[in-house]
Amino acid sequence: MSKGVLVDIPRCIGCRSCVVSCKTWNDLPSQPSTFSNNWDSPGRTNADTWTAVTYHIVEQGDQIKWRFVKRQCMHCNEPACESACFTHSFVKTKEGAVIYKPTEVKQDYCVGCRYCMIACPFGVPSFQWDKAFPFVQKCRFCYDRMKDDLEPACVTSCPTGALKFGDKQELLAEAWSRINKNPGYVKQVYGEKEYGGTSWMYISDVPFNLLGFRTEAFGKPVSQKSIPSYTWDVLKWTPYIFFGWGAILTAMRLYTKRRAEVHDEAEMYAPVEE
Amino acid sequence: MYRERKWKFKITPFRLLLFAFVAIAAAASIYRFVYGLGSVTNLNDDWPWGLWIGFDLLCGIALAGGGFSTALIVHVLHKDKYLPIARAALLTSLIGYIIAMVSLFLDIGRWFNFWRPFFYWGYHSVLFEVFWCISLYTTVQVLEFGEIFFEKVHCPPLKKILHATMPFWLIIGIVLPTLHQSSLGSLFIVAVDRLNPLWWSMLIPFFFVWSAFFLGPAMVTIEGTLAARAYGRSPELPVFESLTKVTLWMMIIYFIVKVGDLAYRGVLSMAFNGSFESNMFLIEMIVFVLLPIIMYAVPSIRTKLWGVVTASVLVVAGVIFNRMNVVFTGYANSVSSSYFPSIWEWLITIGMWSALVLIYCFVVENFPILPKEEHAHGAGASYGSGFHA
Repeated sequence: MSKGVLVDIPRCIGCRSCVVSCKTWNDLPSQPSTFSNNWDSPGRTNADTWTAVTYHIVEQGDQIKWRFVKRQCMHCNEPACESACFTHSFVKTKEGAVIYKPTEVKQDYCVGCRYCMIACPFGVPSFQWDKAFPFVQKCRFCYDRMKDDLEPACVTSCPTGALKFGDKQELLAEAWSRINKNPGYVKQVYGEKEYGGTSWMYISDVPFNLLGFRTEAFGKPVSQKSIPSYTWDVLKWTPYIFFGWGAILTAMRLYTKRRAEVHDEAEMYAPVEE
Repeated sequence: MYRERKWKFKITPFRLLLFAFVAIAAAASIYRFVYGLGSVTNLNDDWPWGLWIGFDLLCGIALAGGGFSTALIVHVLHKDKYLPIARAALLTSLIGYIIAMVSLFLDIGRWFNFWRPFFYWGYHSVLFEVFWCISLYTTVQVLEFGEIFFEKVHCPPLKKILHATMPFWLIIGIVLPTLHQSSLGSLFIVAVDRLNPLWWSMLIPFFFVWSAFFLGPAMVTIEGTLAARAYGRSPELPVFESLTKVTLWMMIIYFIVKVGDLAYRGVLSMAFNGSFESNMFLIEMIVFVLLPIIMYAVPSIRTKLWGVVTASVLVVAGVIFNRMNVVFTGYANSVSSSYFPSIWEWLITIGMWSALVLIYCFVVENFPILPKEEHAHGAGASYGSGFHA
């Protein structure tokens, strides 16, 4: 059964215990904090920080709202990284986690081409730029805990119930019931349809685009089709082009050959003289 | 028949400089392998692909498109008047692919795993197609070049086998680059909502393969002119001029499809909204597509060496400009940070292209690549005197 997490943004108090528990459970090295004007620290995920919380001050009419958004891999239903990887280094497990096999199951086939990073619409996979033999790194949905029927470390440590782990379909139903019961919520579950749906889903009382979510790109709503479905539309033509074009070329060659003169190429060319 | 056995390579100050660039690049590469990509490049999580992928790979492979377009024209359509340029085009293409593979090897993080995709078939990845086609096509080009190689280095049985199987290699040597030139474009289909719609399109594979093809004749013109100048030979002007017809018509079709595609997707107005991206796009289309179309169409320009060379330079620069726009300009808006290649990225790139020039010089001076000069023609004798690469 596919699992998911529902993030109720208004319930998040920005304590960052999820960040700490993620680092602790996954043995990720700590990094010195830096100050920034918007209190984000760290401001985004990277190879050593698989989840981060961003801070937003949103003015709505005469109201000023502080909102905090936990970010991590969205664990897409049809992940772009999985389809982009040409060594099968990413896999969507039946539990719902998208894991990176070289570190997770010790199948080290990754070439380090970073095409997954180009592919991910959320910009999630990070690279160990400072390592001689770098891995790609990202949130793995605490797959090891999930297999033991435990919730992800971040969910366990959340003190306010902003994160809820469970069956994805049940969470989606709960998300809509929370939205419908409370008129303050935006009528959208972010992650229900975006790029074919994701295992992590967000509900919010502030429009998602004000919280740094990609709701539109270049003036249009973001795609609801999964990214692999786009690439497959092109890739499926490959065998036809290969054999069809090969046949056309062979036919053309045979047809024009009859009329061609015979050249002694060895007599035509010579090394240049200095 | 040519029967000389000894090898020669003249050293000039210019070549020494190129050797120096190669040496610097080699040193920087070793440093990169020991200390990781972050130590020499300005790449980051927002910009996982930079100069080496954008320029050395995407442009390098496109510029090597002269190989397959010439092979199609000469060996499939049997347009014999283009034979004089066939071998030079093949050679440049082969070296271009080797350079692209070297730059790819430098760029991948876990390089010791480079062979894995041969065994773990991620066929749902466009990169898988690129990987297979480029490695197979490079092999095919080595075989195609083998026929030339064995004209100097004697090994009759091998030459015989190669000669007998050559039609197969020639056909497969056109099919494979057609596929991967287009799949280099398809690589960016994955960047839905990230790449600016002026460049992102489901037709991007068509644009890539089509432009790589029409780039071929332009590239051959430039290479031919440079080689003629360097070695004091007469440029094959009639061949160049005749090739412009191929480029001209293909570019007209390219332009029509490009505009039609933008209009169909309803993003044509984005080209005129005054943003940085729209201006880059307009430059790409006006300076590097429309202008060369006009120059090729006007007889008084295309029949002159300067005219055909200038237009060809625009075509080649235009394809480079297009690839750069796809990799950098079109992406800039989707990520929060900026990227400019570090000095080491530049030096490694310069070193690789210097190596290309050196290898080209060595091969044409030792193997029968360029057509024999017929000294009766005096026309080109005065041209290019005094300039020696």
